[in-house]
Amino acid sequence: MNLAVRDIRHNLGRFVLTTLGVGMLLMVVMGMGGIYRGLVDDALVVTRGVGADLWVVQRDTRGPFAEVSRLPRSLVDRVAAVPGVTDAREFVFHTIQREHRGKPLRMGVLGLGWPTDKGEGLPLIAGRPLAQNHFEMIADESLGLGLGERLRLGKDTYTVVGLTRWLVASGGDGIACFTSRDAQAIQFDEPGESIRLERQARRARADEIDFGRTQPGVLDRASGPAQNLAALPGPAISAVIAHLMPGTDPASVQRSMSGWSDVTTYTGPQQEELLLKGSVDRARRQILLFRVLLTIISAVIMALIIYTLTLDKLHPIALLKLIGAPTRVIAGLILQQSLIMGVLAYGVGYLIGTRLFPLFPRRVLVTNDDLLRLAGIVLVISVLASLLGIWKAMRVAPNEAIG
Amino acid sequence: MTDPLALETSGLTKVYGSGHTEVVALRDASMRVRRGEVVALLGPSGAGKSTFLLCVGLINPPTRGTVTIGGKLMQDGPRSLGDLRRFRREHIGFVFQKSNLIPFLSAIENVQVVGELIGRPSSVARRRANELLDALGVGKRAFNMPTQLSGGEQQRVTVARALANQPSLILADEPTAALDSVRGRQVMELFRDVAHRHGTGVIVVTHDHRALDVFDTIYEMEDGLLKPAASTAAKATPPAHDIRLS
Repeated sequence: MNLAVRDIRHNLGRFVLTTLGVGMLLMVVMGMGGIYRGLVDDALVVTRGVGADLWVVQRDTRGPFAEVSRLPRSLVDRVAAVPGVTDAREFVFHTIQREHRGKPLRMGVLGLGWPTDKGEGLPLIAGRPLAQNHFEMIADESLGLGLGERLRLGKDTYTVVGLTRWLVASGGDGIACFTSRDAQAIQFDEPGESIRLERQARRARADEIDFGRTQPGVLDRASGPAQNLAALPGPAISAVIAHLMPGTDPASVQRSMSGWSDVTTYTGPQQEELLLKGSVDRARRQILLFRVLLTIISAVIMALIIYTLTLDKLHPIALLKLIGAPTRVIAGLILQQSLIMGVLAYGVGYLIGTRLFPLFPRRVLVTNDDLLRLAGIVLVISVLASLLGIWKAMRVAPNEAIG
Repeated sequence: MTDPLALETSGLTKVYGSGHTEVVALRDASMRVRRGEVVALLGPSGAGKSTFLLCVGLINPPTRGTVTIGGKLMQDGPRSLGDLRRFRREHIGFVFQKSNLIPFLSAIENVQVVGELIGRPSSVARRRANELLDALGVGKRAFNMPTQLSGGEQQRVTVARALANQPSLILADEPTAALDSVRGRQVMELFRDVAHRHGTGVIVVTHDHRALDVFDTIYEMEDGLLKPAASTAAKATPPAHDIRLS
């Protein structure tokens, strides 16, 4: 006869409510773990998706994910010429916020190195990669855009031709992929009036110098588009990403570029480490600590619940001792109840969590490893929680059943 | 256990506290209870009756004296000889003033659990519990929880539980206190029947003088002193029944 089950059956309502409460608590622990994993995964999704062996960024900066990095487009050709590099591409990344359907739309803008990179490597769930150099985009589904939907950004209108899932920036904003030219056009878009004023200012500056007055052609150029002025730099890119030949040591290529005074290079793992120790580090550690705290709180609450349940059973326990029940029967009663509660609460937490987490605004990534680890922790907590109850039960004298 | 004596105590003394707070609850109490003998223990509150039962039931160790149950010396002063809890579950049955059933077990489970504790298979323990409940007239209430039973029914289930391990000794502390006189007498007669049928020694602490004719032997206790009751001294002799040990 299983006394633990009999006692649970007798106090079913209370046990169910308590288990539900503990289950919700475990769901929060599970969720915090998922948010932690999601944060880490989101932070790395772009770098892993790009799969670069080397990141070449502006000198003494930590790359486009940590701070502003501006490099000339010509750097792509310099990197491509380094021995060991199979291909080099421009990398453009920045975050924008626009109005769409009357609501703010915040997105990460990722430039693909057209024509070598059309987005074939992206996690597409619908549509296709980019098929032309301009006016197409691949959007993450979290942005709420549909296939074929048109979005005006700057002076141009872009059509959504593909959809991805969980392609988000470290801040949790969905990423939209454009060709790098379009990404730059979006980044450096200026209103027409601003451009006109800048051209007038250039003309005025040229008028004031001898060179402008003696060379009328210069005045004409000053009034024209900026890209036609050799003295002005072209739009900057964020980084250059390089892929290396199989078997090439990234450190040796880094050494080759160490003499370049305008850039800093990072390997793929170094870039990931910079991301995790940089932009998401505090949030990551905060969630981790909060998770540890929640686990401890769960353990304490479970111990108190089991202890209280034991206090309610002191008379039957004394009676069991009086009629000669061995210690293992009494300890088993408390331990089994604790384990049953722990296992059921874990199941409740899992069932509610798996239905609730997809509704969260940011990704909650609950991995099998984390689930197994938490299951182990719950088992340990259940055993530890029961120890307090068992200790109390062992102190009950059989004659307390008579009083 | 084939010893003709279900219980023998010798010089049982229990002292609580020490120095100026010392209270002598039991003074040199000696008693012999044969198998099949039903003994009443009378006395006012605080006389030491319950202390005597706790010592004899191997729950509270005496300060001095010995307790021998079924021929086996179990307590020699405060020193316990053997696994008392195991001995209790195998050889002693308890019935108390309050029915003291385990609240989360049904009537039959309350009896069955004792059988399982002494190592009987679940089915055997359940069959035995069923037989006992039937024999005590509460078979139809076997699947009711304790709160669904009347006081008399609860007490009968408690008696069934006390019998489930086929004990050599049953200790009952005011088992009829919560019952009316008719029910009280029925329970007392039940003890007599059980004792005579199963050869079990029974000690009943009681205030109920109306059912004293049921008992084979009557003892009185006052200020911790145990002695045969003067008014019923003639009864303090071994029972005349032909006892068959089970």
